[in-house]
Amino acid sequence: MYGGNCCHNNNSHIGGVNLEISRNWRLRNQRYRLVGTECGCGHRSFPPRRICPTCRENPQNPVQFSGTGTVYSYSTLYEAPEGFEQFIPYTVALIDLDEGPMISAQLTDVDPEDVAIGMRVEMVTRKLKEQGESGLIVYGYKFRPIVGCYP
Amino acid sequence: MLTEIVLGDDMKPNQHTGIVGYGVYIPRYRISGCEIARVWGQDAGSVPVQEKSVPGPDEDAITIGIEAAQNALKRAQVPPEKIAAVWAGSESKPYAVKPSSSIIAEAIGATPHVEAADWEFACKAGTEAMQACFALVGSGMGLYALALGIDTAQGRPADPLEYTAAAGGAAFLIGKGEESLAVLEASHSYASDTPDFFRRESNRYPVHGSRFTGEPAYFHHVVQAASELMEDIGRTPEDYQYVVFHQPNTKFPLTAAKILKFPPEKVKPGLIAPYIGNTYSGCSVLGLAATLDIASPGDRILCVSYGSGAGSDAFSFIVTDLIEERRMRAPHVSVYIERRKAVDYAVYLKYTKALVMR
Ligand SMILES: [Zn+2]
Repeated sequence: MYGGNCCHNNNSHIGGVNLEISRNWRLRNQRYRLVGTECGCGHRSFPPRRICPTCRENPQNPVQFSGTGTVYSYSTLYEAPEGFEQFIPYTVALIDLDEGPMISAQLTDVDPEDVAIGMRVEMVTRKLKEQGESGLIVYGYKFRPIVGCYP
Repeated sequence: MLTEIVLGDDMKPNQHTGIVGYGVYIPRYRISGCEIARVWGQDAGSVPVQEKSVPGPDEDAITIGIEAAQNALKRAQVPPEKIAAVWAGSESKPYAVKPSSSIIAEAIGATPHVEAADWEFACKAGTEAMQACFALVGSGMGLYALALGIDTAQGRPADPLEYTAAAGGAAFLIGKGEESLAVLEASHSYASDTPDFFRRESNRYPVHGSRFTGEPAYFHHVVQAASELMEDIGRTPEDYQYVVFHQPNTKFPLTAAKILKFPPEKVKPGLIAPYIGNTYSGCSVLGLAATLDIASPGDRILCVSYGSGAGSDAFSFIVTDLIEERRMRAPHVSVYIERRKAVDYAVYLKYTKALVMR
């Protein structure tokens, strides 16, 4: 389990929708801003952890990651779970963040044939899915090829 | 360099204010006017813009606003918790009820001690939010305020607006004059009840009054706001190095410049509609950002928005020395314009959710 973002469960019954609204709300800091945790020993985690996986120290301090990293591995999907159909085809990647942790996320603004291992990417906040026509719009991190500052 | 307070119809806060940071975002996808003309059997030689930007399937006004706001903060290097207000101007709110501004404020780290609200006035919602930010900072109620003009505009298929209705936006962090990369000299707003374009609740596409959109609507409001502002502060077109107008197409801003006696070369640096179309609330503010990307310290810029319904906000800015360093800290408008992937009409329909998936 690398990240909390690629949730493919889509609860269609009413109780599930309410549960999912509260779960999405609790996750907003890590989803919108890539807020993880940092330990006194220097280890950084994403998603956030209560206990450091290397030195077992507790508590951990929140830290916002810069959002830049490198594609470690990837896979392109041509069939999608419910709620993700409009994104087909799309690529999901394991990304080695510059500050340490590995994170799994959807890639965006890139054609599947142009994705490569070692590609430099940056985090952007995009629509992850919509809970139908009348439900919640869920926003969160995706990664795209780095956009420079000047032409 | 800054003039004393002049009593007149122009609006200017008691304390000097200006733009501390600015940032933009334009989606990667484009559809050409020729491709739209092909589908509807229209003459490809008379399309109003070469191509327009198309939002990707995971983009909306909020995601556009988040990236533009992050770019504005990169330029300003102001901690987000110091922002007193996040005011988002748009006519394509993803939620009918639920503010876009609170999501943007959360994503940039400006919550919870912040005033968040959505503004609306057709294509001038962004400059309207800017006016309010100048007032908030100028009154001393807040140190910084963020104004956004963001849209994913849609025109009815086969309607003339389909050629131009585009996606993009800009964010401006407003702060004190001495911290600004462009200081506000004065502004002038002009509005009247002119029904040139409107959309009723629960209708997907707007109604517009073809020829009526020109003379009494766009040109009257733009020219009045600009000329009244210049008259109020004793400026003439010669005092300005650049002028930016709202750009519903390529022709209108050039015609407005001609009426006001600005040469076309003062319009062209901020004229981006030919390449990305009309980004509605993002339009004049993206043009202003493109002009700031190339302006020099001491330059004076006139920026005039237009919103149907109808009104214009005109601003006179003086660029400061801080522009040189700050504009290098985030992507220029031209970077986003050049980052393009052309799509055909079928992919365009898929991305704009015109296809029924289930
Ligand atoms: Zn540790």
